[in-house]
Order: sequence, then C-alpha cells, then structure tokens
Amino acid sequence: MPVALEIVSPERLLLSRPVDMAVIPASEGEMGVLPGHAPMIVLLRGGTIALYESGRITEKLYVAGGFAEVTPERCTVLADEALPTGEVSKAKAQARLAEAEAAYAAQVAADRTDVPALDLAMARIQSARAMQDAAEAP
Amino acid sequence: MPSLKALRVRINSVKSTQKITSAMKMVAASKLRRAQAQAEAARPYAERMERMLAALGASAAGSPTAPRILVGTGADKVHLLIVVTADHGLCGAFNASVGRAARSRVRELEAQGKTVRILAVGRKGRDFLRREFADRIEGDITFAGRKRIEFADAQGIAERISALLNAGSFDVCSVIYNRFVSVIAQVTTETRLIPAPLPETAAAPAGGVAASYEFEPDEETILARLLPQNLAIQVYRTLLESAAGEQGARMTAMDNATRNAGDMIKRLTLNYNRARQANITRELIEIISGAEAL
Repeated sequence: MPVALEIVSPERLLLSRPVDMAVIPASEGEMGVLPGHAPMIVLLRGGTIALYESGRITEKLYVAGGFAEVTPERCTVLADEALPTGEVSKAKAQARLAEAEAAYAAQVAADRTDVPALDLAMARIQSARAMQDAAEAP
Repeated sequence: MPSLKALRVRINSVKSTQKITSAMKMVAASKLRRAQAQAEAARPYAERMERMLAALGASAAGSPTAPRILVGTGADKVHLLIVVTADHGLCGAFNASVGRAARSRVRELEAQGKTVRILAVGRKGRDFLRREFADRIEGDITFAGRKRIEFADAQGIAERISALLNAGSFDVCSVIYNRFVSVIAQVTTETRLIPAPLPETAAAPAGGVAASYEFEPDEETILARLLPQNLAIQVYRTLLESAAGEQGARMTAMDNATRNAGDMIKRLTLNYNRARQANITRELIEIISGAEAL
C-alpha cells in the first residue's frame, strides 16, 4: 500500500502521486514517511524531498521550507517554494545565500536578543545552503 | 443637418473606436483565462493550509499566549481596511463599486467612533480614496505594468500588515475587494483577515482530529510560521480574485462598448445615406426645374 504524496506550492500543485516512501526534510532531521505513519504536522526546513519507488529514489525535489501534514494514508507538503533538483539554478542559490547572510548579519547588528527573528534569518541561510547543495547534486 | 463629409468623418472615427474596444475585449478575454487558471492553481495550497490551520488553530485560539495575528490585539478601536482595486480603468463599475463600498464602510466605522486606516492596493482605488480620505491612507501598493501577480507580491503585503500589527497600529484588519463570481458578475465583498476567522472544525468527531496529531517541533512554533503564511495566502487569493474579476468586468464593458459603437455606426450610416439621397434629389430637382425654365 503506497502513501499518497502531494507537494503544493502557493502558486500551483506540483506533484500528486502515490509513492512507496517519501523522505522529507523536517525541522529536526530528515523524516521518512511510510504508509501507516502516525498523524503529524511538521515544520520543514530547506532541503530536498526524495521519492522512493520500488526501492530506488525516483525523484528529488528541492523545497525552500514549509509545512507537511502526515496521516496514515497521505503526506501533504505545503512548500514555500519547490523545484525538481535538476532545475535549481546555482547562481540563484548563491545570490540567495549572500542575501540571507546579509540579512542575518543585519539582524545581529540590529537586535541580538530577538531570538525568533534570528531563528528565521538562520532558517533562510539554511534554506539557501540546501538550495546550493541541490544545485550541485548530480 | 451635418454635411456629408462631417458624417463620414464621424463614422470612421466610431469605426476605429469599435476596433479598439473589440481588440480590448479579446485581450481581456485571454487575460481572464490566464487569471482564472492562476486562481485555480492557487486553490490546492489554500485548501490544505485551511485543513492544517483547523487542526492547529482551534486549540491555540483559547490560550492566553495565542499569537496576535490569530486573535488580534483584543481591542476594536483602530480598523485597517485594505482596498483592492485595479490599476487600470475601462472596466465598467469595477473600481467604483469597491470605492463606494470602502467609503460607506469608512463612514460607518467612524460613526461608531472608530479610527480607520486605509491601505490601498491598486492605483484606481488609491486615487478614488485620496480625494476624501487622504489623511487616513497608510500607504498604497500598485502592480501597474506587471504581467502577473506573484506570490511574493502577496507576501510583501502580508509582511507590511504584520509589521503594522506588531507596531500596534491597528486592531482589526479587513479587506474589501471584488470577488469573482462569473465573467459578468463580480461581488464586492469584505473579508476579515485579523483576527483570523478560523475554519470550522465542526465536522471533526468528538475528541477531534486536532487532538490526534503530533507536532514537530511544537504547536506554537508551527503556528507562528503558519499564520503569516496563511495571511499571505489570503491576500494572494484576494489579489487573484480581484485580477480575474477585473478582466471579467473589462470584457463585459468592452463588449458593451463594441455593441454601442455598432449601433452608433448603424445610425450614422442611415443618416449619411439619407443625407446623400436628399442631396441627389435636390440636385435632380434643380436640374429638372432648370430645364423646365428654359
């Protein structure tokens, strides 16, 4: 019995098909979703979603962050932005990383004590790094 | 009676107007299709977001530490109205009806002794409201010259709203826009954004779906990220509805204009032919009576 995976970004439905297993980049580590998984709502960090079908990775998608809802039958990923890894542009990733690092530095300079804002800025850096990794991956 | 030449000029000018309006109608029709497709594509995300929010929000709304974006500031003193209109005219009563609705809302709220701030999205609404409520306008946003509305645009607006909320400059936020019902019908609607209206969870069985979910990292952190995203989605949906409605309204308006121009051409052509016939008759009479006089 497969798990129905759906990946949606605000602008469109990217993918909707049953897979054997999906590995999603949850905020506290990669999480494999198999059929019958306990119901969960998780926060995603920037990373790649890997789709497993008949024992192999058949597709990889980069997500910039977002949320996922897991139930025993399905896994719904609400991505802030999602792209097949092959389409990730390295130049764009680098530009975004530079921007995120600048934003973080600005936040540190402005207010070191605002932890949620710092976390958010750090999450942006991580997301940009994951994008860069996705661009470099074969 | 205008001269033949004057009539000819008139007919030609109306004909070229008709060409323009019918071309504009075609353009609006194709833009409408695109706008509808975009709105359609945005729907799955919004639906799933709603489902997650229903699971999360119900429990958080009751707690005293609930985020502001969900429950508001608790007061009901300052209202922020987001007025969404088009950047361009020539679309019938589309902009005027939003403007009118906004105006009567402002008056109503002020009659109740509340303060109103306005965030105008779209050039037409800004110009309309500036005439009367210039001092209440918080800011304006325009997408003029843009091919399509991106999600990032909506996020920009949502961030602005959040910043205002965190600065405590309003208590309640709602948006006035034209909801797209069909190509010929757009309904001016007011929707509340903050405090966020929670989707109904009545369908959930006792004990609730909400209770059965596990959360990672934890409910509050997820909610803190989910709510701004939800706000952005709401704004995005509004913008798309309004964009589709604008094209629908323009299509109808241009269709009417084309038809009116057709009627006018018919009338002018009739006048032209009559005048021509009258001229010929007069000339004949002149010739005949001239010949008879000889």
